[in-house]
Amino acid sequence: MVLGLIGLVFGFLSVPSTVEEASEILASHEEHHSSGEEASHEEANFVDEVRQEHGYSEHAMAQDKDLGHDAHEDGEHMEHVLHQMQAKPWSAAFVAAFFFMMIALGTLVFYAIQTAAQAGWSPVLFRVMEGITNYLLPGSVIVLLIVIFAGEHFYPWQNHELVAEDSILQEKSGYLNFPFWLIRGIIYIIGWNLYRHFARKNSLAMDDAEDLKPYKNLFKYSVYFLAFFIVTESTMAWDWFMSMTPHWYSTLFAWYIFASIIVSAVTVIAIVTVSLKAIGKLDFVNDSHLHDLAKFMFGFSVFWTYLWFGQFMLIWYANIPEEVTYFILRIQEYNPIFFGMIIINFVFPIVILMNSDFKRVSWFVVIAGVIILVGHYIDIFLLVMPSTVGPYWSFGITEFAALLFFLGLFILMVGMGLAKVSLRPKNNPFLVESEHFHY
Amino acid sequence: MSSHYEAPIREPLILGEKSYHDISVDVGAPILGKANKSWWIVFSIALIAFLWGLGCIVYTVSTGIGVWGLNKTIGWAWDITNFVWWVGIGHAGTLISAVLLLFRQKWRMAINRSAEAMTIFAVVQAGLFPIIHMGRPWLAYWVLPIPNQFGSLWVNFNSPLLWDVFAISTYLSVSLVFWWTGLLPDFAMIRDRTKSPFQQKIYGILSFGWSGRAKDWQRFEEVSLVLAGLATPLVLSVHTIVSFDFATSVVPGWHSTIFPPYFVAGAIFSGFAMVQTLLLVMRKVVNLENYITIVHIEFMNKVILLTGGIVTVAYLTEYFIGWYSGVPYENYTYLSFGAATGPYWWAFWALIICNLIVPLTLWVKKWRRNIVWTFIVALVINIGMWFERFDIIVICLSKDRLASSWSMFQPTFVDIGVFVGTIGFFFVLFLLYARTFPVIAQAEVKSILKSSGARYKRIRESGEDLAGTAADARTSKYAERTSLASASNAADTYHQSTVHADALVDTEAKKSEIDLMLAKIGTYDPATQTADDLKKISGVGPVLEQKLHQLGIYTYDQVSKMTKTEYDLLDEIIDAFPGRAERDDWAGQAQNLKQ
Repeated sequence: MVLGLIGLVFGFLSVPSTVEEASEILASHEEHHSSGEEASHEEANFVDEVRQEHGYSEHAMAQDKDLGHDAHEDGEHMEHVLHQMQAKPWSAAFVAAFFFMMIALGTLVFYAIQTAAQAGWSPVLFRVMEGITNYLLPGSVIVLLIVIFAGEHFYPWQNHELVAEDSILQEKSGYLNFPFWLIRGIIYIIGWNLYRHFARKNSLAMDDAEDLKPYKNLFKYSVYFLAFFIVTESTMAWDWFMSMTPHWYSTLFAWYIFASIIVSAVTVIAIVTVSLKAIGKLDFVNDSHLHDLAKFMFGFSVFWTYLWFGQFMLIWYANIPEEVTYFILRIQEYNPIFFGMIIINFVFPIVILMNSDFKRVSWFVVIAGVIILVGHYIDIFLLVMPSTVGPYWSFGITEFAALLFFLGLFILMVGMGLAKVSLRPKNNPFLVESEHFHY
Repeated sequence: MSSHYEAPIREPLILGEKSYHDISVDVGAPILGKANKSWWIVFSIALIAFLWGLGCIVYTVSTGIGVWGLNKTIGWAWDITNFVWWVGIGHAGTLISAVLLLFRQKWRMAINRSAEAMTIFAVVQAGLFPIIHMGRPWLAYWVLPIPNQFGSLWVNFNSPLLWDVFAISTYLSVSLVFWWTGLLPDFAMIRDRTKSPFQQKIYGILSFGWSGRAKDWQRFEEVSLVLAGLATPLVLSVHTIVSFDFATSVVPGWHSTIFPPYFVAGAIFSGFAMVQTLLLVMRKVVNLENYITIVHIEFMNKVILLTGGIVTVAYLTEYFIGWYSGVPYENYTYLSFGAATGPYWWAFWALIICNLIVPLTLWVKKWRRNIVWTFIVALVINIGMWFERFDIIVICLSKDRLASSWSMFQPTFVDIGVFVGTIGFFFVLFLLYARTFPVIAQAEVKSILKSSGARYKRIRESGEDLAGTAADARTSKYAERTSLASASNAADTYHQSTVHADALVDTEAKKSEIDLMLAKIGTYDPATQTADDLKKISGVGPVLEQKLHQLGIYTYDQVSKMTKTEYDLLDEIIDAFPGRAERDDWAGQAQNLKQ
């Protein structure tokens, strides 16, 4: 709860700053865009250098309709830039909101996997996981509100004039139309939160239950939820992320986002576990449990890298104009963080968590965890920003304030979720096995 | 590993009243016994299929690839389909041994050996196809990056086909090492149990002189873990690279980024289906139903359900994104409306029905635990996964970007013959394996006997003591008493209070044996019983009576229950008159005195 209170204070402090910053940016976008535009053309052209082909990336990006470079007239171009500038605070809020929502969602998925797999090591951590998922309800509603109200700032296909000129977008309108898209978003949120509600209910009922009924219910709901999630995660990724650049597509995209979700979630579970253990609330959790969490952090980091590489390699290898712009833009305009992210998300976890003894040292795990979280925040940043604001990105007060606000809200909700009931579950059929767990 | 405690809710993984020795006997039986008739029948069929395939291969190599049904548009079809099919099947083995080891799944122990064997045999079949397809297999070494003096050209490192060469050969070697490492203690078990000097020699060599010392076990476990860590990324990488073959180069301009993880999931899916096919038969033929139980089958079905679900989502994604992309060419790829209604509609629907619809029945617990249905589903999935590869290659190629070159593929008898031949070869290898290798990793199964064996679960849940339960009548002469002791001695495992034998026995082991003896013949309770005059038994004098008292023997009733084993123990402890008790038939005398 102490942590929660601090979070609340943080949260309150950061709310006005987001709003202020948002309006400030909006007010001054006219000044910004002229300088921003110049800068983008002067930047060192990484892609061209690598390919030894002058003007390659310029040409490739010019081909891409999503980037709006086809509008050569100055007025139209300016309009586009203005549009991207306006999208910036929305994007900043979305990146942070989604980042924390996905942690809660990923934790829920991890929890469901543990119950469905009848894992014997993890039941001692179930209350911790349930506490983290307490953020899911507010978090997911905020995310949904952001994507709804961001509208055309994020999703060009919602602009009827644009669609009218674009035959490809017209073909897609069977899927990419506002009512259907909205219904889908609502379905995701209702489905996820329903599972969270019933899972928590049955988990608490288990404490006083005399038979296995709540346990069996929980198991059943977990399996159904996982089946529901594996589909909605894909469509969610297409709806909220891929359709930001509606001409671009990649079949792996949704699973790539899932990798980011799950690795961040496990990392947060580990960090929360370590902090609660440090204040003496989790005496029944031993370092074997921590070891296993750290193994998952390690494993999912490698998994994320695998998917990242799979997607990157295939798009780079095929070099199809419609697809390759996605990476050209990111390499060109976001070069340091694009490659930095891979080092943070792959090299660091590998090096830090390779040694099995280190996985049992709590401060080591926390350091690795913070690095992983930073890396995956950048990952989400890179999913959203290039698609919405193009080259006019920065990490300024808006982004930082959004991050702080949602961090505060997250800590508050998680703290509330953790404080409500005893952190030690009772009567879970695998609990004793979990308490005895020693590897 | 972890302690022997296991949640009672978990179902036992080893059925029947199995002791440690039972496991050795059951696993060793197929190797030490003779093959039955059904083995010879199946083996002959497999051998004929293999020889037929061999003939087709010889015909292909001596005549040329033209004997296959390939044409200008569809330049590879059955060969690459079969290749990927076999590689995919090979995936389950390493997944079970490596990934499930890392996840500490106990049920893997009963099936990992055969799954790994299957992996190796399947990869061998897979490797044949690219070599035959080369046309001049004696130049196969040209795929290696060797200097031009050997007559080859420098290989093209940009091609995923070359990466395949490295990935699959690495995979084969690591799987082989992994498999063999696990086999060492089991080979040693066969070496120690066989009576034939020839087998002793062979298995002695195969087991690399395994001695069973603690140091051996420690190294064994470390190596297993390291190999599991190495094999896990390898499993992923092999099929990832196989998927690159198609994701980058089937039809120029078409590719799909989901291929790497989706191929891996599909490979596990098909591999588990093949494991089911083989093990459902094998458990029956070599009487291993107590080790490969319905629980194992259900777990494997759950893995099939999970990987099948992932594959389903991947199919839907492929289909959806194909439409979503708005690219008209996508309508000619294997998962599209065009494919579903085009000339290869039957292949498309075979894929959908076999891989998506039929496995859905496994959601029902009753069907998941039905052996016949499981077998049918496994066969259907094997067929479906063959069609998946056929569809990806042949459907995609049949309508490439140039409408004038569109074409269909017609397999010749040679195509079919080679494929059937590899199936035959696979079964020949597997059947030989089933007769000469310990098909269950008995050393590993023994490590979970106490936690997951039905017998131990029963003993633990009834609150009895586990002490002495590991002994077996065939390996220890005190075993009979051991089991009795555990029955009567549950509450107090410490030595009997009526025994004051410190002068006679010096070791704890001896004391335990005395306890065991008393457990069988009954203990003397001074509070309720009166001591009989043991001197009335002929051959027992005052000194001997005193010694018997020290051992806790006071009554005729106790003496009357003695048998040869007890006499032997007495002889050991009181070595004054070897064989006397038996000669004088103390038990018979005491029986008479009792009345």
